[in-house]
Amino acid sequence: MLRPDLAIIAREIAPGARVLDVGCGDGTLLRALRDEKQVDARGMELDRDNVTACVAAGLSVIQGNADTDLADYPDAAFDYAILSQTLQTTMRPDLVMDQLLRIGRMAFVSFPNFAQWRIRLALMFGGTMPVTKQLPDRWYDTPNIHHVTIDDFRSYIASRGVRIEGQWFLRGEKLISAGAANLRAQHAVFLLARS
Amino acid sequence: MSDARFGLDRKIVLPGPLLLDGGGSLAPVELAYESYGQLNAEGTNAILLCHALTGDQYVASPHPITGKPGWWTRMVGPGKPIDTDRFCVICPNVIGSCMGSSGPESRAQDGQPYAMRFPVITIRDMVRAQALLLDHLGIERLYAVVGGSMGGMQVLTWAATFPARVSAALVIASTARHSAQNIAFHEVGRQAIMADPHWRGGDYYQDGRGPDAGLAVARMAAHITYLSELGLTEKFGRRLQDRDTKTFGFDADFQVESYLRHQGLAFTGRFDANSYLYITRAMDYFDLAEDHGGHLANAFRGSATRFCVVSFDTDWLYPTSESRNIVHALNASGAPVSFMELSAPFGHDSFLLDVPDLDRVVDGFLSAGGL
Repeated sequence: MLRPDLAIIAREIAPGARVLDVGCGDGTLLRALRDEKQVDARGMELDRDNVTACVAAGLSVIQGNADTDLADYPDAAFDYAILSQTLQTTMRPDLVMDQLLRIGRMAFVSFPNFAQWRIRLALMFGGTMPVTKQLPDRWYDTPNIHHVTIDDFRSYIASRGVRIEGQWFLRGEKLISAGAANLRAQHAVFLLARS
Repeated sequence: MSDARFGLDRKIVLPGPLLLDGGGSLAPVELAYESYGQLNAEGTNAILLCHALTGDQYVASPHPITGKPGWWTRMVGPGKPIDTDRFCVICPNVIGSCMGSSGPESRAQDGQPYAMRFPVITIRDMVRAQALLLDHLGIERLYAVVGGSMGGMQVLTWAATFPARVSAALVIASTARHSAQNIAFHEVGRQAIMADPHWRGGDYYQDGRGPDAGLAVARMAAHITYLSELGLTEKFGRRLQDRDTKTFGFDADFQVESYLRHQGLAFTGRFDANSYLYITRAMDYFDLAEDHGGHLANAFRGSATRFCVVSFDTDWLYPTSESRNIVHALNASGAPVSFMELSAPFGHDSFLLDVPDLDRVVDGFLSAGGL
């Protein structure tokens, strides 16, 4: 079973496409794409154990850092560049997205929405950085160093002249409508393309 | 029915000539090699193993001189990551070496050893000689080419020179070019050999003794580059050798001195000094990008070969940055490539030692080829 945001991405990607999954973890999505859609699936991952697991599973995965190592790829090397649940952990999300759209014709970006109402309430009434099922880390040990909301993301995308080709919103495992997504959605998935 | 071309301790003499990068040629071409496991009926399960500077073809069988187990028995054998139950593993001795393939110790046309009349060779010359061997063995396409250190240089050269013959390439603890520091260390070794009065311009084969002192110093200097500082500190620290106090003399007071002297001396019993000169020269001349218009990516343009590049975090001889340089080029050329920096305390020598993650990676990468 793929994580819900990955399931959306896997469903949307065209068979036989060239794909780079940045922050591919243990390679779950890459394996699904390779086995079910005959995708030319490549990955980049920071964690050595994850990379080893990917290579042991026969995937082409490079140990690397989204912030520094995407520059190594030539322009338009991939049909899709994927950044799932990784944007908020990068040093410079803006530059990483620039790179994604340079090396991919299109880019999937998924992230947890920090403006979801439970998080808002936790901060409003708790007065402490929210710890929820969706964002279980504490302020000092969280890998999420750039919390982002759906509205933040949209306005950034608009400012860069990037086109939104598709958008999906999730509450838990359920797909929900786009209405008031910034308040309701726990996760968002965007498909972006250069204009 | 057994095929005499395959098995342990094989040797063939091919007529040649082998045209060399340096402009000369070599004829005949002697090649010593070993093979392990059975070539399947389709000839699709052959793995070529490329050895390092002072390695040889005895990858998984006892060394004929030292009697020690093969140099990669932990990796090659039945049920091992390079599984000889599934694969036919071929390991040739490189030309220039002294374990049976053509080298300075071989007889020239006049019946005397070549010595320094042996032509200077390159990594690509070694690879072209290996290609002749594969022709002889009837192997058109390799399931994989695998090598560490200088073996990795041969792997890269195989993929660049004969892309259609290489399905997968595994490059471990290696580089696409020798750096100034690499060349510098080799030059120290060569000068040590040539400064030994017993070297005699390379014509020492009839003397009953060669430049052993020089070769031992060369090995000692090189051996330091194969280890990590941490490894040396953990293994020896400042501990004294078989004594309680310093002698205020120049004996091997320290364990590390004693160890290096032993390494140097043991090496002279199994390696030829002239071969050491020729092979280090071949490595120093290695710059794969230079052969392809200065752009390493050009070496792999259009390649369908699968690559895996592995470095070790404590290897300062061929550090991770060199592997990243290779990976960068492979990405630019669009080749499918995996890369990881493994953590191991043993420095450059990690590729030969107990690093379980390397076993997993080798097994996984090879198995992904379908056999």
